[in-house]
Amino acid sequence: MRLWRKSASPDPAAAENAAAGARYASAKERLKGDAQETARQRLMIASVIFGIAFTAVGLRMGYVSLLRDGAEPTQRVAARGGSIQSERADIVDRNGAVLATSVPVMSAFVNPHLLLDPQEAARKIVTALPDLKYDEVREKLEGDRTFVWIKRGLSPREHDRVNRLGIPGLEFQAEERRIYPQGTAAAHILGYASVDNTGLAGMERYFDQQLQSGETVQLSIDLRLQRIVEREIARAVQKFSAIGATAIVMDATNGEVLAMASLPTYNPNSTRTLTNEALFNRATLGVYEQGSTFKIFNTAMALDSGKVSMTSVFDATSPIKIDRFTINDDHAQRRPLSVPEIFKYSSNIASAKMAVDVMGPEGQRAFFDKIGFLKPVTTQLPEVASPLWPRHWMKINTMTIAFGHGISVTPLHLAMGSAAMVNGGILYQPSLVKRTAASDKGRRVIQQKTSVHMRQLLRLNAVEGTGKNANVPGYEVGGKTGTAEKPGRGGYRQKALISSFVGAFPMNDPKFIVIVSLDEPKGLPETGGYATAGWVAAPSVKVIIEQIVSLYGILPGDLKEGLPPIEIASTPVPAPVVPAPVVPASIRRSPGDHRKALPVRPAPGQTAAAPGPGVRRVASE
Amino acid sequence: MIQVPRDDRSVIGQWWWTVDRWSLGAILAIMAFGVMLTLAASPPAAERIGADSFIFAKRQFMFLPLALLVMLGISLASPRHVRRLALVVFCGSIVLLAATFVIGIEIKGARRWISVPGLSSVQPSEFVKPSLAVISAWLLAQSRTERRAPGYLMSTVLVGGVLALLVMQPDLGMSVVVASVWAVQLFVVGLPMWVAGFGAVAGAAGMVGAYFLFSHVRSRFDRFLDPTSGDNYQVNTSLEAFMNGSLFGRGPGEGTVKAQLPDAHTDFVMAVAGEEFGLVVCLMILALFAFVTLRSMSRASKETSLFITLAATGLAVQFGLQAAINMASTIQLIPAKGMTLPFISYGGSSALAMAICVGMLLSLTREHAGLREAV
Repeated sequence: MRLWRKSASPDPAAAENAAAGARYASAKERLKGDAQETARQRLMIASVIFGIAFTAVGLRMGYVSLLRDGAEPTQRVAARGGSIQSERADIVDRNGAVLATSVPVMSAFVNPHLLLDPQEAARKIVTALPDLKYDEVREKLEGDRTFVWIKRGLSPREHDRVNRLGIPGLEFQAEERRIYPQGTAAAHILGYASVDNTGLAGMERYFDQQLQSGETVQLSIDLRLQRIVEREIARAVQKFSAIGATAIVMDATNGEVLAMASLPTYNPNSTRTLTNEALFNRATLGVYEQGSTFKIFNTAMALDSGKVSMTSVFDATSPIKIDRFTINDDHAQRRPLSVPEIFKYSSNIASAKMAVDVMGPEGQRAFFDKIGFLKPVTTQLPEVASPLWPRHWMKINTMTIAFGHGISVTPLHLAMGSAAMVNGGILYQPSLVKRTAASDKGRRVIQQKTSVHMRQLLRLNAVEGTGKNANVPGYEVGGKTGTAEKPGRGGYRQKALISSFVGAFPMNDPKFIVIVSLDEPKGLPETGGYATAGWVAAPSVKVIIEQIVSLYGILPGDLKEGLPPIEIASTPVPAPVVPAPVVPASIRRSPGDHRKALPVRPAPGQTAAAPGPGVRRVASE
Repeated sequence: MIQVPRDDRSVIGQWWWTVDRWSLGAILAIMAFGVMLTLAASPPAAERIGADSFIFAKRQFMFLPLALLVMLGISLASPRHVRRLALVVFCGSIVLLAATFVIGIEIKGARRWISVPGLSSVQPSEFVKPSLAVISAWLLAQSRTERRAPGYLMSTVLVGGVLALLVMQPDLGMSVVVASVWAVQLFVVGLPMWVAGFGAVAGAAGMVGAYFLFSHVRSRFDRFLDPTSGDNYQVNTSLEAFMNGSLFGRGPGEGTVKAQLPDAHTDFVMAVAGEEFGLVVCLMILALFAFVTLRSMSRASKETSLFITLAATGLAVQFGLQAAINMASTIQLIPAKGMTLPFISYGGSSALAMAICVGMLLSLTREHAGLREAV
């Protein structure tokens, strides 16, 4: 241990001399004394170093407290325990496209007690937020309260402008705001939520709990098809100067609603300017006398009873006079008619006779009860209306109900019932959320063979009857028109019509139900002045069907019997030879999003990837 | 010098007239600040874990009187008893320290705590520090003055062993304190200047080694040297707090930083002091720590027993260094280091260990006239 300094003394000789004469004890004392002296010196050095360190800490403290940056003290919103809201979940379409989502925003509020000059503050705020009114803001700021909202859901730009005002007492609260990125698309289905993120209408209200707990809702709606349908009925409304319209596309095989639109509509992003008229969902809240489309159900009811066959004949030679009413035909043939003829010529007289002769009031009422036309539709919307039907169901009611008067149901009822008539006889409750397999097994309401007859009748009507304008060559469209006069004061208003068309295709095994209904359309010269369904609604159904087949890549060859059922593709099918963009760019999905890029099934003798271009063009024109 | 009445020969009476009453007063003042700051800083932390707002404050109010009693009790002891106590505490805490590797609780990536029924968790390394300082002081003094017993070697082995355990935990902050205390003791005992210089270089090399060996040390250094390189959230928030507080603070309870800093009641308690009570109070706290440290070192230098000088120096350095490192981290003077502020940061282990440290310090810095042979 030669490392250690043995003595503090600079002169070893002196130390040795001093120690030489001393006793051992005193030498030890001497050693201790030296050690103490060293320690004292060294401690002095250590103390100085420590003193410097503490001084440095003190100086740095002063620097960071007083001098650093010279900036204003920053204000932060302290996060209190549990105050962070959980985000309201998204609503997406059947392919995952976002229809409703939540984004974080800032909201401005004021504690008026902290304001130095409320009027000055109000003036400043109005300059930063020009959509606010000075008087209203000033009134808020002069009130004897400690908390008033100035504006909620500020855009980042607005937040910046307000923040720059530097008004003491004006602060921000982080919130979240509901955004509907698709604008007006599917507005009536989505509904809207309040600024406090409570669902007030539509899906937002029906699934409020689920959305608040963060669970995404996936709709059965296909946004692309929804856009197509909305655009088409908007065009029809404009063309025929209608006051409103509604359209539904339903998967006939399981009751899923693929598109549902109602006009006039609204933008759920700006709920401040909502009118009751725009909010009204005609598809589920509007109860209308549906007119001749009810002959679908009347005929099915009669055929299903077994007392009537396709060859049965009912006399339509002269109008029926009952009580003070007269029942007449629009396309009067003045002769006995077979069942297909009744359907094709849409004979009111024969239909009424068929209902009375075969079923009677009780039987008819039981049938409509069975197909769910006497109570609100069970679906995932809070806005569903009760049908109107006669409490005393008498002979006269039976006669008029046979051709769709004296009973009012919603268009969604009509879609639900029509699907059951053509899909083999199974009634499915309409669903707005994507169905998992067998989530609704359905309920048989008519026999399979009755349904087959109904397909034939509907197809016949589209080939030679009133539904010709809906026919898309190659796709076996079937359908029935219905033109009802709207009830007015003291009777029916002959000029105010509800013109509807119920379409279905392909009729050998229907997959799609397409309903278009216009409210008070006006005839045009090119329609011969007619505003009846065959002229105003059927063409829209045709357009929608054309878009459906191109959207889902359905080929005419796909419709042959014995092939697997049509599926609804989640991505548009690219045309292999002629890249004709039949889907508008705005709703096309990105290439990276392709999940199922193949046509649903190959046509016989063709591969799925290479269908003939000519075939494709049929659908896109 | 000291007016001791002839009839007052009681232990308490003697203690009162011999103890360093100025340092004792400063320590009590520090504890008072600790109470105040715990009340201010701990409720948000308690609310974050979903507990009663004042759970930490209540616990600290149990720890502090206990710590005060322990401190005063130990300060009554004679240097000889202090040495024995240190030996007992050292042996016990070394066993526990080793046990952390087997039964330790892992908190934030380090195994430093041991669960003790009734006391929740104990951090043995806190207790190793003061006891090791006293023991190594005794070993060094023995070697230096008596020239018997291989004291240097033994103290080197002991400190080396403890350092190894601490680095394995890993607890770099604690290792730095232990190594620094020992280095100061060696320096004071008479290490040649060139060795001291060499030691300083070696210490720096050790830091560089830690930088490359331990990723969390590296990331802290990187963030210190280049604040934009990573998440400096705690330190930035802390600086902001000081800025908000300015000279006189925003007022008690008016702070916002405590809601954002996870460690506002422990390692970053000075940030809360800075924001709510301002620079003036911060400087007062700093001055109290500096006063106790420097005064104790000064008193140690006047001692006639080398053991007492070295032990008191070691304890004073430990106390002062811990305070300095904590405060310097808070204001970004050095890279962030997990270190508690004695008697102010929340924590039972820390408070109790500091009570032992300061109790021994007060005992050793008493006037020992006529007590030399008792050493």
